[in-house]
Amino acid sequence: MRAQTPAIELVEATKKYGDVEALKGVTFHIDSGEVVAMLGPNGAGKTTSINLMLGLRKPTGGKVRLFGLDPEDRRARRRCGVMLQESGVPEALKVRELVELFAAYYASPLPQARAIQMAGLDEVAHKKVKDLSGGQRQRLYFALAIAGDPELLFLDEPTAGLDVEGRRGFVQAIRDFAASGKTILMTTHYLVEADQLAERILVIDRGLVIADAPPAEIKARVPGKRVTFASRNPPPAAELEALGAHNVELRDHRVRLLTNEPEAVLRELFRRDVEVADLEVAGADLEEAFVALTTKPKP
Amino acid sequence: MTSPSLLRMLRLQTRAEFLKLWRVPVFSFFSLVFPVMFFALIGLGQAHELIQPGVTFGAYFVASMGAYAVSNVMVFSFGVSVANERGMKMDLLMRATPLPPVIYLLAKVITAFVFGILSLVVLFGFASLVGAASLDLGTWLTMTWRLGLGALVFIAMGFAVGYLAGPNSAVVVVNFIYLPIAFASGLFFPLQLLPEFVRNISPYLPLRYYGQLGWNAVGVKTDNSVAQCFLYLAIYGVVFFAIALWAYRQEEARKFS
Repeated sequence: MRAQTPAIELVEATKKYGDVEALKGVTFHIDSGEVVAMLGPNGAGKTTSINLMLGLRKPTGGKVRLFGLDPEDRRARRRCGVMLQESGVPEALKVRELVELFAAYYASPLPQARAIQMAGLDEVAHKKVKDLSGGQRQRLYFALAIAGDPELLFLDEPTAGLDVEGRRGFVQAIRDFAASGKTILMTTHYLVEADQLAERILVIDRGLVIADAPPAEIKARVPGKRVTFASRNPPPAAELEALGAHNVELRDHRVRLLTNEPEAVLRELFRRDVEVADLEVAGADLEEAFVALTTKPKP
Repeated sequence: MTSPSLLRMLRLQTRAEFLKLWRVPVFSFFSLVFPVMFFALIGLGQAHELIQPGVTFGAYFVASMGAYAVSNVMVFSFGVSVANERGMKMDLLMRATPLPPVIYLLAKVITAFVFGILSLVVLFGFASLVGAASLDLGTWLTMTWRLGLGALVFIAMGFAVGYLAGPNSAVVVVNFIYLPIAFASGLFFPLQLLPEFVRNISPYLPLRYYGQLGWNAVGVKTDNSVAQCFLYLAIYGVVFFAIALWAYRQEEARKFS
């Protein structure tokens, strides 16, 4: 019976803040045991989706269910752990005290020491929140989210504000928790992170899910190389796009474009006698590549 | 699916609330040390002078400071701490956890009462030890339960401030509203010593009636009877509670709908 009830279910969920349509009809479901990343630029509707799933906001239209229950139902909340963006905790309390407190909200929590260790907080367990660094705070929020050993874990931008080192450690911590068969929904705007952790990526942009596929498939749809060159006779952007280029920018005789097949694009340009000077081909950074995916019209 | 133990939840939540306040030096100072200090400064020198037949200044003033101490704990711990938690978006996280709001609230109330009682024990203990107010146990207990019951009004007042004021302005609001009220109600200096316009407004202030609960217990002939004081306080309590509820609903509609 429970196996058939998805952990998370959204059906045509919409959300309006005044005149602003933050979600324009989102439908997906996440089964127990899935690790899913919700990827999208700022303002795409990721946090709004999470808030609907947590019952912190009510949908304007459509349906949102956790384990088949209203997200505000305490029976649903007892099965969820939550890490929100920039939510505070009492500054005067110690790490250990907070973990113990949050664990008490749940029926069968993780042993306190285990939650602290999984979040990598052993060395600061006795410290007060106000004495923690930004990265340590972020780890604390993670520890509080897993303290109850929840079946379903929500992580809203868990690595925001962390340096590369910190981000790596965090990814490992999330992976360890996922290994015990948990359902995880995280939001991020880093494709790498989504790729490392999730088995499924939901790409969300301007309030709509524009892609829902395994990471490999998403990556294939994202152009991987950035080509820049100077030219006195650049072809119009539309022609370059026909060759498989995305995000073409033409400015002062300089051309910038993103593509998965730089060789093919360049071969075609040479064939057409387009002048190509000061050529540079580089791996597109993922942010840039991602923009290509999200600015395309809905497929 | 088993449920977590509500008692354990309440115990740990209360401990957390208590430590949160205890570790704020300003709060601990103003609720535990300041009333004793002020009592020592003002009350000790003339502790044994009679202000009415059978009532010493020491007894009168220990009641004043008791009323100040308890109401201060309530206004501060609800007003400032609720405003702070809202400012830090702590309310968001707490809402998303399985913690029942009633446990959260109850933990705050228990903590405030523990602090309130603690401040009375310290103050009364000091006053008896230095012999500045020799009252029998029954009188101490009468003051304690009256101030405890009346404290509910100031919890409501605190909540109203906590939901109306921003996190940074709550302390200022408390100091600009609550402290002048305490002053004008005769808690720091007897009303007879205050300017006439202050004496004229004092019958409209909740702390005036709260103070009388204490003064009356040590034998002072007060303007109003105990029953009248509780009645007026109940009216203030309902008004403050209505304001707090209204502000809470406003915020609810803005943040969580």
